[in-house]
Amino acid sequence: MLDRREMMKRAAMAALAAGFGSAKAFALDTVTLPFDNGERPLVKYPQKRPMIGLTSRPPQLETPFSVFNDGPITPNNAFFVRYHLADVPLDIDPDKFTLEIKGKVDRPLTLSLKDIRKLPAVELVAVNQCSGNSRGFFNPRVAGGQLGNGAMGNARWRGVPLKTVLDKAGVQQGAKQVTFNGMDGPVSDKTPDFVKALDIDHARDGEVMLAYGMNGEDLPVLNGFPLRLVVPGYYGTYWVKHLNEITVIDDVFDGYWMKSAYRIPDTPCGCVEPGTAPKATIPINRFTVRSFITNLSDGAKLKPGGTTLKGIAFDGGKGIKEVAVSIDGGKTWTPAKLGKDLGKYSFREWKLPVKLAAGAYELKVRATNNAGDTQPTEPTWNPPGYLRNVVETVRVTAA
Amino acid sequence: MIRQFLPLFATAAIAGLVLASANAAPVSYTLPDETAAFKPGPNLEVVQNNCTACHSADYINTQPRGPKFKKDFWQAEVTKMIKVYGAPIDDADAAKIVDYLAATY
Repeated sequence: MLDRREMMKRAAMAALAAGFGSAKAFALDTVTLPFDNGERPLVKYPQKRPMIGLTSRPPQLETPFSVFNDGPITPNNAFFVRYHLADVPLDIDPDKFTLEIKGKVDRPLTLSLKDIRKLPAVELVAVNQCSGNSRGFFNPRVAGGQLGNGAMGNARWRGVPLKTVLDKAGVQQGAKQVTFNGMDGPVSDKTPDFVKALDIDHARDGEVMLAYGMNGEDLPVLNGFPLRLVVPGYYGTYWVKHLNEITVIDDVFDGYWMKSAYRIPDTPCGCVEPGTAPKATIPINRFTVRSFITNLSDGAKLKPGGTTLKGIAFDGGKGIKEVAVSIDGGKTWTPAKLGKDLGKYSFREWKLPVKLAAGAYELKVRATNNAGDTQPTEPTWNPPGYLRNVVETVRVTAA
Repeated sequence: MIRQFLPLFATAAIAGLVLASANAAPVSYTLPDETAAFKPGPNLEVVQNNCTACHSADYINTQPRGPKFKKDFWQAEVTKMIKVYGAPIDDADAAKIVDYLAATY
């Protein structure tokens, strides 16, 4: 399903192409995300369906939002892609791939993919969301990847608990953090390699996973084949792709991607007054609570009468307790019926039958998690454009 | 050192994924050709020489536009590329790049 903007844009492009007698110059469709300078090509990559192209080198692909209406699991071929550095591994031999576990461990290990697959496997449904998802909606606008709401996805991950491997290696006394490095790297050796860190207790919580499977298949190349870190409830920056190096350290990792990048204001909301700088920052961590209407897009027109609103909600791992919907711009709220519980880290589907007499409506959706955390009515702001979770509004007309 | 793998992208005429067999075979992935280009503008050549080794032009094309996203905004970005990402850009070129970006985007 294309939303109204996608439809209009495609129609315009088709007309233009026909007018000039050749489609060559318009070989790619475009979509227009609903913010200024939001025009993007629709691009086709191997193993992927047409995706919203943010950048091509390194590749960054956003999921067309209509995909989230198809079900709670995001198909592998529609899952978003985010790289930081352009030396992306394109030739990967799973038989030669190894994962090193080193540093403050009693028994440094080099494991093949076969070794890892022989360990007792676990499965977990979990959302991965880019820290900068929805950055394009920030006001005032901020620098960075100008994403709509499609840099998120929900998959059934299969792999082994990181704890299993760390226990095999024998973490030494005094270990403080574990760092994770993947096969992708910078073009220049002056550019800091993409390395992330988790506290040792988090790394050993039994939920953080070394995943080789995604929705019953191998990971797609651009989603980290053959092995990636899965950090349930945490932003995607920690989900290191093509993971081949794990190092246990006895201090706090001070690499660029932890010390300077991916940090949020050290305030209860992770936000500051728009346009101002935070006094202190901490590494970004768990997702904020979010919810979306997926079956109606902004500007949609429908027939008056009964219709069922549906969508998804998720949070950083407490689990969704309630989703409430307003059809009157937030004056009154009605609890929606929650769909099947696929686990506390998963998208949770919701639906609500409503009656819409002829007129204009501001539909809103607001989720609350089991800790009582919910979504703000007005958007919060921070300089890097992270954590967006305002109550979403979809304006529709019944006529 | 800039690794010389750019021509690989240029010659990758056929985008595709090669799997020799279903089970644990080597995977060879081909990224599609780049399509984004820098807009014409003053010092375009300096920009192409300095910026495209590490990233495609769409990194710039997609940034916010308007009066608040001119010289100061682009100066901060170029400084970040040099100081944080180690881009080997000399001061004269850096100034030209900022001028181009502020004038063109």
